[in-house]
Amino acid sequence: MLRIGASRLLQHGGRHAAVVSAARTQSSAPDKIEVFIDDMPVMVPPGTTVLQAAAQAGVEIPRFCYHERLSVAGNCRMCLVEVEKSVKPVAACAMPVMKGWRIKTDSEMTRKAREGDQSMAFGSDRSRFLENKRAVEDKNIGPLVKTIMTRCIHCTRCVRFATEIAGVEDLGTTGRGTNMEIGTYVEKMLLSELSGNVIDLCPVGALTSKPYAFTARPWEIRRTDSVDVMDAVGSNIVVNHRTGEVLRILPQVNEDINEEWLSDKSRFAYDGLKRQRLVYPMVKDSDGELRPCEWEDALIVAAKALKAADGSVAAIAGGLADAEALVALKDLVFPDAGTGTDLRSSYLLNTKIVGVEEADMIVFVGANPRFEAPLFNTRVRKAWTYNELHAAMIGPDVNLTYDCEHLGDDASIIGKLLDGSHPFSQRLTAAKRPMIVVGTSLLARPDGDVLYAQLLQLSQKLRSSCEGGSEWRVFNILHRVASQVAALDLGYTPGVADIRNNPPKVLYLMGADEGAITREDLPKDTLVIYQGHHGDQGAEMADVVLPGAAYTEKTATYVNMEGRAQQTQAALVPPGMAREDWKIIRALSEIVDTRLPYDKLNDIRNRLAEVSPNLTRYGDVEEANYFAQATALAEMVSGKKGAAPIDVPQKKLEDFYMTNSITRASPTMAKCIAAVKKEAANKYIE
Amino acid sequence: MLSSLARALTSTSVRSVRNVHRSAAACSDSLFVNYRYHSLLQHRDSADNNVDTPFEFTAENLKRAQAIISIYPDGHKKAAVIPLLDLAQRQVGNWLPITAMHEVAKLLDMPRMRVYEVATFYTMFMRNPVGKYHIQVCTTTPCWLRGSDDIMVTIHEKLGLKPGETTKDGLFTLSEVECLGACVNAPMMQINDDYYEDLAVADTKEILDTLTAGKKPKAGPRNGRFAAEPAGGLTSLTGPPPGPGFMVRDDL
Repeated sequence: MLRIGASRLLQHGGRHAAVVSAARTQSSAPDKIEVFIDDMPVMVPPGTTVLQAAAQAGVEIPRFCYHERLSVAGNCRMCLVEVEKSVKPVAACAMPVMKGWRIKTDSEMTRKAREGDQSMAFGSDRSRFLENKRAVEDKNIGPLVKTIMTRCIHCTRCVRFATEIAGVEDLGTTGRGTNMEIGTYVEKMLLSELSGNVIDLCPVGALTSKPYAFTARPWEIRRTDSVDVMDAVGSNIVVNHRTGEVLRILPQVNEDINEEWLSDKSRFAYDGLKRQRLVYPMVKDSDGELRPCEWEDALIVAAKALKAADGSVAAIAGGLADAEALVALKDLVFPDAGTGTDLRSSYLLNTKIVGVEEADMIVFVGANPRFEAPLFNTRVRKAWTYNELHAAMIGPDVNLTYDCEHLGDDASIIGKLLDGSHPFSQRLTAAKRPMIVVGTSLLARPDGDVLYAQLLQLSQKLRSSCEGGSEWRVFNILHRVASQVAALDLGYTPGVADIRNNPPKVLYLMGADEGAITREDLPKDTLVIYQGHHGDQGAEMADVVLPGAAYTEKTATYVNMEGRAQQTQAALVPPGMAREDWKIIRALSEIVDTRLPYDKLNDIRNRLAEVSPNLTRYGDVEEANYFAQATALAEMVSGKKGAAPIDVPQKKLEDFYMTNSITRASPTMAKCIAAVKKEAANKYIE
Repeated sequence: MLSSLARALTSTSVRSVRNVHRSAAACSDSLFVNYRYHSLLQHRDSADNNVDTPFEFTAENLKRAQAIISIYPDGHKKAAVIPLLDLAQRQVGNWLPITAMHEVAKLLDMPRMRVYEVATFYTMFMRNPVGKYHIQVCTTTPCWLRGSDDIMVTIHEKLGLKPGETTKDGLFTLSEVECLGACVNAPMMQINDDYYEDLAVADTKEILDTLTAGKKPKAGPRNGRFAAEPAGGLTSLTGPPPGPGFMVRDDL
């Protein structure tokens, strides 16, 4: 199977092979060769391009079309440099260095070659252009990316991104020579969950952000590094804001997580932060209407109910809750509960996101990584492209942008794989570094624990026999929401069946908006306290509303699916009377007469570390083990397996955009869904 | 004095001053020669070229397509895209509907965009309908010096066509093209697959009349030459070729 051209293999394959062999055998590094950049000697490995060698010497060669993460196109000619004894200037991005080359990045020939380009710094300042100006029609490729095609210099970065990384081969170059254009040829939308990345890639501003267009100038903007919470990947972002408003969100490079990409939901859902916000505390009056009130009044109503409940209290944490709020809530409501419901290895993405690049077999069970964790999916696609990773799926036959063997959606396949009677078993056992990736929707099934136990056993069996050995972790859970891992680390239990069976007198919703429990599940006298930032399903059923802060408005801890703790930084202040979440609970605790022992962020972080030390080791993954013990526990699980086929909640692109209270309030996300649905009638979509 | 003389001279010889590319922008859509105008590189649905235009390879052509595909090694099936597009174009008759591109993409198991790229890159793929006879007149320098403008005028007078237009009966389409590589036989035009070379006005009229009558005119040079040999007979290489040792010193 040929997934990339030969030249691509040379470029990328070499690098990947080097990484893998270094990791496995610690073989001796290949001999380095010496080249001279502007007479500075540099030692580089063979195969390094002139541009990379120059970068190593601290010389930046200007470029348009070259991009580290894409294949080399070599068509903009901006990086031409002089090489001594070479008659013509060479394209630095595509040319590998040879021993002893003397490269001149600022010589007469180099500068002259660059002047071929017409940009301001290098071109002539008088126009010699007397003919008609070339103009190109703008394209409509959807509600997120605006096109100004006359600016396009045909570097093909966007085409290469769409083809290689997003896996959507809808962009291309039509025509040739001066008439060449970038586009889709037929009128169609760029149907990808990663389309916004072409905006960052475009070197000339031919592709720009539609929602951000004409809103601000970059020099007016303040930037705050933060972490995305739209999914459980924990992509690193830069929040761009001005005068109390988020203007745009850009990705930040983190090689271990999102590389330099960002999903469209993380990038464009920020306009949801301005709408449907809870800006003052509210208490339900005698007519059953929520009325705005002072903090004091709301806290007193909540505290009275908590006291009167006499322990009959339950709490549900939503997908956007931060670790500080979760630990404070736990200390307030369940001061005596133990910590750690589980062995950590049984709810993490143990292989880690980068680990996918070493795997040779990945089996998804009830997960759709493309929409549940788009940037995890790009890693899988990367491994599929360069490392011949084989992907298989137990669940619905969804399009993951790469070839994926569909094993069926029958839950009994898991049992067959375990006892080796399935036709796929042989190949799975033969895999050197297999991964089992389990979706969280599978665990929510009534027979979830039985299937989960089987998968744990299967993973342990594969792990003991595979070539990766004890260092290789087979079992992985693909989480969908940002709060999940921290909540499990802190001792929250998954599922709401207990609440439904034994309705509490007070139900505390910490940003829980997914309707896991509805008003109909509860007796009339149950008091519902909702704390969160959006007026969504949770606030609708609440008796007391405590307005909290969104992820851009608080310095808070989130743990991603790998178990990596990261913190968001407060870019803005919460709107109106809203406050940071843990502070609200701290204030409430005082009225309930169980004063929580933390007053500052550092204090509560110490408390987090006390419960689970990994929660404050920011940036690091705390690896988990005890797979054998987890399997032993799993063997004790018994129950009946249901007949329902394995399904995932997000199957199509339109299911991707709205998954939490912020995205549901976002007009941009609504436009995306409308556009994608409209596109279903477009016959040009394959 | 001198300058006015020069002006007078130019105005008398103005007959063959060429109005560079007279082709109208609106018509240039289906044509490839108009670098001056923005030729359309986006597909626009029209009555006879849209996503529902019927296209299917005939059984015979499908067999031929499979034979072409089998030439290429496993995993390189898409190398057959150009011959297959050509096959489709010939089946439809001189042009390539968008659905034909889709059919080729399906056969070769490649994304449609990659087929669009090929079809728009190569100028011999006509992406909009053309007449039964596609006349391509070369107007590049050698042909122009030898009177290609007269050929254009003749065609215009006979068929009322300007470059980019098709006759009402759908028989002829006229294109103005750059060098077709037959400069020794200038002026020349290509009609479908055949070259008509060394054209005079009378030859052009005869060719058009023959085609209108439904017959096939004789292809090739029209001035009595067999191919590209000198018109006035050989001027060199007239004797038998010399043997070995020709022009070599005796003592060697």
